[in-house]
Amino acid sequence: MHLIKLIFKNSFRHKLRTFLTILGIAIAILAFGLLRTVVSAWYAGVEASSATRLVTRNSISLVFPLPLSYKDKIRQIPGVKIVSYGNWFGGVYIDEKNFFPNFTIDPKSYIALYPEIVLPADQQAAFIRDRKGFVAGRKLAARFGWKIGDIVTLKGTIFPGDWEFVMRGIYKGRDKTVDETQFFFSWDYLNESLKKTMPARADQVGFYMIGVTSPSVAADVAAAIDKTFKNSLAETLTETEKAFQMGFVSMSEAIVVAIQLVSFVVIIIILAVVANTMAMTARERFVEYAVFKTLGFGKWHIALLIFGESLFITMTGCVIGMILTFPSAKAFGNEMSTFFPIFNVSTETLYLDIAASVFVGTASAVIPTWRAINIRIADGLRRIG
Amino acid sequence: MENKPPIVSINNLFKSYRRGHQVLPVLEDINLDIADGEFLALMGPSGSGKSTLLNLIAGIDKADSGSISVGGIDITHLSETELALWRSNSIGFIFQFYNLIPVLTAFENVELPLILTGLTKKERKEHAEATLQIVNLTDRMDHYPGQLSGGQQQRVAIARAIVTDPLILVADEPTGDLDRVSAKEILELMERLVHELGKTIIMVTHDPRAAEKAHVIKHLDKGVLNNV
Ligand SMILES: Nc1ncnc2c1ncn2[C@@H]1O[C@H](COP(=O)(O)OP(=O)(O)O)[C@@H](O)[C@H]1O
Ligand SMILES: [Mg+2]
Repeated sequence: MHLIKLIFKNSFRHKLRTFLTILGIAIAILAFGLLRTVVSAWYAGVEASSATRLVTRNSISLVFPLPLSYKDKIRQIPGVKIVSYGNWFGGVYIDEKNFFPNFTIDPKSYIALYPEIVLPADQQAAFIRDRKGFVAGRKLAARFGWKIGDIVTLKGTIFPGDWEFVMRGIYKGRDKTVDETQFFFSWDYLNESLKKTMPARADQVGFYMIGVTSPSVAADVAAAIDKTFKNSLAETLTETEKAFQMGFVSMSEAIVVAIQLVSFVVIIIILAVVANTMAMTARERFVEYAVFKTLGFGKWHIALLIFGESLFITMTGCVIGMILTFPSAKAFGNEMSTFFPIFNVSTETLYLDIAASVFVGTASAVIPTWRAINIRIADGLRRIG
Repeated sequence: MENKPPIVSINNLFKSYRRGHQVLPVLEDINLDIADGEFLALMGPSGSGKSTLLNLIAGIDKADSGSISVGGIDITHLSETELALWRSNSIGFIFQFYNLIPVLTAFENVELPLILTGLTKKERKEHAEATLQIVNLTDRMDHYPGQLSGGQQQRVAIARAIVTDPLILVADEPTGDLDRVSAKEILELMERLVHELGKTIIMVTHDPRAAEKAHVIKHLDKGVLNNV
């Protein structure tokens, strides 16, 4: 027999109480894990962005376009490798609730600039060749059961009318941070239609995406671009893609902060639950601790018993909660794929789970241990009679 | 035998409790020698300080003044940590309410004090089993306290008290919670420990039948010790 065995036996002394405490911890860790995953899903777009890419937009606001003529001027700036461009299209597929991000882009340069968008060579060629072609992410195609060759119609919101496209490819993400729910079609298709219907809106792009030769020149290139178009009709604002995404994300920063706050409140709640369990447990066992001391066991032995039990219960709940997080995140992610295209439980979240549980298990044991150690043996024994 | 020094020697011992501003004297100028191998009964009315005296001898409470030497060591000068170590190999306790650990089997309860010794697992097992044999409970070794009668539990507790082969055994009303038959059994066992194994026992009791078994009976009344 060893004291570790006693910790284990002690933990299951009140089976129902221990079971409920473990259940509480497991649910809290599950909730904590999901909330943290929501937060990281929010920032996933930022994570995915490359440090060698810049985004140039109209300095007034993203809703104002830039002339297509900037393309060649940007290309001439030293440090620029690739220039691509596009527009947020904002089309609706059948019904608004079918929302997915859809962009119009220049296929050739876009594919060159975004190696994380993986498209088979034959599909790339077909996409570039067919003006009315589009490609969709694997998840998006699966969601609506689209197959190559299918005709899909989007109703334009920013650009009125019904827009018909032919599916030419399905892309995969190179890694988990790539959004596989996007829809891309050829910028030329949009532009040529606009020339016929709304010539005033033709030859304008929503944003430029620029590949630079190395991350170290990114800041200089960005400054050079903005300087080039200073005092022109459409002044530009160039940022790294990361900063650009951050700008998007920070619009909802308040919500993210709220979620983060709630996730910590959850931890405080389980701290209260476990602390209560440990306080009850220790109070019931004061006589026993006095007996242990009488037998010559010291404060470290008693601390080991109480901390051990507290941590054993907490970590059991933690492990169960962590295991449950994976299927839950998967189900949640599928359900919410329009809002969170990327919804993976990160290693960091698991570390946070463990850290929070160790904190809860340790903190809950402090006061009971202090009391058990400081009670005078004679008083402890007297409690019986 | 008369020349051997006493195993317990108490001199001018005082002990009081403080309740707020009030000082409540409990033991007043106690002097007592206990010989090695003696079976001593400590009697007296409730609240006379019997448990307090026993606790002081066992090193789980602190005296105001005076000295208590056990096996030649004056324990009034030991620190908390030193006392804990000293208790673990010098004192065996027997409580009125047995105080076994309910989640441990009889065997594990007896083994418990041996965890603090340097014995190997195998040696601990041998010691614990041999001791359970002495109290005649080998067949109940794997039972939990809740599955044992009061008398059996007290026998396990006695085994736990003697398993480390301590200098003295102290017992605070060991039969106080038992029926007559079980009480008789326990007293006979304690008698055997003294006669056959040469143990020294200091026992607090109310029960005249228990006191009968003792070699020496001391009477404590209002904190003052008298011979009987
Ligand atoms: N921790 C304590 N604080 C205050 N008074 C105490 C404490 N412990 C014991 N006493 C008092 O000391 C006296 C002796 O107690 P005790 O030794 O338990 O008596 P006995 O065992 O003879 O019944 C009693 O009056 C009791 O109320
Ligand atoms: Mg008493």
